[in-house]
Amino acid sequence: MSKIKELINKIKKIRLSKMQKLVALIALIALIVAFPYMVNDKYTIHVFILCAMYACLTLSLNLIIGWSGQFSLGHVCFYGMGAYVTTLLMMNFGMNFFLATLISIVFTSTFAMLLCLPTLKLRGDYLAVITLGFGEVFRLFLTNEVDLTKGPAGIPSIPDPVIFGYAIKGKQAYFYFIMILLVAFIAFMKKFNNSGFGMAMMTVNEDDIAATAIGLNTKKYKLLGFGIGGGMAALMGSFYAVYMGMISPTSFAYAESIKMVSMVVLGGMGSIPGSILGAFLLTALPELLRAFSEYRMVLYGALMVVMMIFRPEGMWSRASRLKNEYKIKAEK
Amino acid sequence: MFFQHLLNGLIIGGIYAMVALGYSMVYGVLQIVNWAHADVLMFGTFIGMLLATFLHVPVIAMVLLAALFTAILGMAVERVAYRPIKSANRRMAVLVSALGMSTFLQNLAQLVFGSGTRQFKVFDTNAYEIGGMKITGMQILILSVTAVMLLILYIMVYRTKLGIAMRACSVSIDNAKLMGINTNMIISGTFGVGAFMAGVAGILVGNYYNAVYPTMGYLLGMKAFAAAILGGIGSIPGAVFGGFIIGVIESLGAGYISSAYRDAFSFLVMILILIIRPAGLLGAKHIDKV
Repeated sequence: MSKIKELINKIKKIRLSKMQKLVALIALIALIVAFPYMVNDKYTIHVFILCAMYACLTLSLNLIIGWSGQFSLGHVCFYGMGAYVTTLLMMNFGMNFFLATLISIVFTSTFAMLLCLPTLKLRGDYLAVITLGFGEVFRLFLTNEVDLTKGPAGIPSIPDPVIFGYAIKGKQAYFYFIMILLVAFIAFMKKFNNSGFGMAMMTVNEDDIAATAIGLNTKKYKLLGFGIGGGMAALMGSFYAVYMGMISPTSFAYAESIKMVSMVVLGGMGSIPGSILGAFLLTALPELLRAFSEYRMVLYGALMVVMMIFRPEGMWSRASRLKNEYKIKAEK
Repeated sequence: MFFQHLLNGLIIGGIYAMVALGYSMVYGVLQIVNWAHADVLMFGTFIGMLLATFLHVPVIAMVLLAALFTAILGMAVERVAYRPIKSANRRMAVLVSALGMSTFLQNLAQLVFGSGTRQFKVFDTNAYEIGGMKITGMQILILSVTAVMLLILYIMVYRTKLGIAMRACSVSIDNAKLMGINTNMIISGTFGVGAFMAGVAGILVGNYYNAVYPTMGYLLGMKAFAAAILGGIGSIPGAVFGGFIIGVIESLGAGYISSAYRDAFSFLVMILILIIRPAGLLGAKHIDKV
C-alpha cells in the first residue's frame, strides 16, 4: 500500500516542459490515429468509442454539477432528447445529420433552460427530484406517443451521417469521429474553465450571495449552466443515435443518469481530467470484468457511498490538483 | 364513477402518505432526502413475501417481522451511508451517498431475489358493493391499517417523550443536544420509525397489486416524495395530506384524462407546487440565514 502511495506521489511530482508536452501531444495524436489499425478487433474499438462518448457526456454533466453547482438527475433526458430530435429530423425530413444535430442542440438547450427556470430558487435536493421526475415524464412520452416516436419498439435503421458526400460508416470512421468530438469537448471545457464566464459560474456555485454582491447575475449563470450542459448532451445523443443505428426509450432510462452521476462523482466534480478518468474507468472496467457484470450496478452504488465517506471530492479533483501545484511550488 | 375514482385514489393515497412520512420526518430532523427510503421499503416487502410463501409465517407475525426488519435496515442505512459523512459540502455529499445507497440496495435485490416479478397475496380479496361503489377486502384493510398506523404515529410524536425529543431535534439539532437529548439515538429512531411505516406500506402495496419486484420502490418512492413536497417537507400532517392529494389526483387523472400518463400526473403536480409555493401547502416558510 505504501509503495503505491510512493508511486502516486512520484507521478504527481512529474512536470513536463513545453517541448516535452508538445512531443507527448503528437505521440498521443499518432496513437489515436493508429489505434483502429493496430487493434483490428471490432469489439475493442466499440468499447473505446463508448468510453469516449461517456467521457463527453460526463464532461457535459460535470459542467452542470461541478461548475454551475446544480444537481441534475435527469441528464439522460437531454441526451435522449438530442437523440430523438436528430433522428426524427433525419428520418422525416431527410435532413443532413449535421444540420439536424445543430437544430437538436438548440432545441435541447432551450428546453433545459426552460426546465431550470422554475427551480432557480430551489435547493439541490428539489432540483434533483424535479430533473429526475422530468426524466421519467420524458420516458413516458417516448413510450406512449407511438405516432411520433414509434413507442417502446424504438426507431430502427437510422442513416449514417454524410459529410461532403462521404458517409461515416464502420467502426473506424466512428472512432475518429468521436475522438474529434472528445478533443473538441476537452478544448471547449479548458477554454470555458479559464474564461471569465467560467470563473463567474464557479463563483456563483461557491457562494451565490457573495456573487450577487460583486454584481454577478446568478440566475443567468445557473440557466446557462443548464443550457450549455444540455446542449452538449444533445450532441452526444445525436452521435449515439447514428452510431447505434437505432434508438429506443430503454436506452434512456434512469439507470443511465445514475451511471453518469457516478462517473462525475468518482472522477471529481469540476475537474476535466477527472471526468475523463471517471468515464473511462466506469465504462472499461465492467467490460474487462465481464464475469462480474451482474455486480456492476451494485458496485457503482457501493463505490458512490465509499467515495463520499473517504474522498468526497473525487479521485482527481480540482482541489487536490491545486493543492499539489502549491506543494510543488513551495518545495521549489 | 367519480366517487369510485375518488375512493381508489384515497386508498392508494394512504399508502403514499405512509411512505411520505418517512421522507418528511428524516428531512425534518436532518434536512436531507433519504433517497434509499423506497429501496429499504422494497427489501422489507421481499422479506415479507419470503416469510409468507416459504416459511408460512402467520399474517400478523409476518407483517410485524418484515416491518421490524425494514426498520433495522433503515437504521443501518443511516449508520453506514449518512452518519460518517463529514465533508465541507455536506449536502451534496449526502445526496450522492444516498443515491449510491439506493442504487446499491436496488441492484443487490436484483442479485439476491432475481429481477422478475413475484406474486404476493395473503389477504382477503373478496369484492363488496357499498352504495354503488366496488370495494375489495384488501382495500378496506389498507384503509384501516393506514388509519391505525397514522393514529399510532400521532400518539408517538405528540404524546410521548420520544416524540417530543424528535420534534425538538427538528427545530434545532444543536439546541436539542444542549438539552441533554441523545441526538444520534433520536436520528436513528426517526429512520427506524419511518422505515417501519414504509415496511407496512410496502407489504400492503405488494398485496394490492399482487407484485413484488426489485424496482417497485422507485416509482412509489418518487410519488411519496412528491407527496411530501406537496404537503411541505418536514411537516408530518403535511406528508399525510400530500399523500392523499397525490393519490386522488393520480386516480382522477388516470380515469378522466389518460391512463397511459398515470405516473406523470404526480410529477407534474409536484413541479407546479414547487413553482407556486416552494415551501409546500402546509410547510413553514424557510429562510436561508447568511
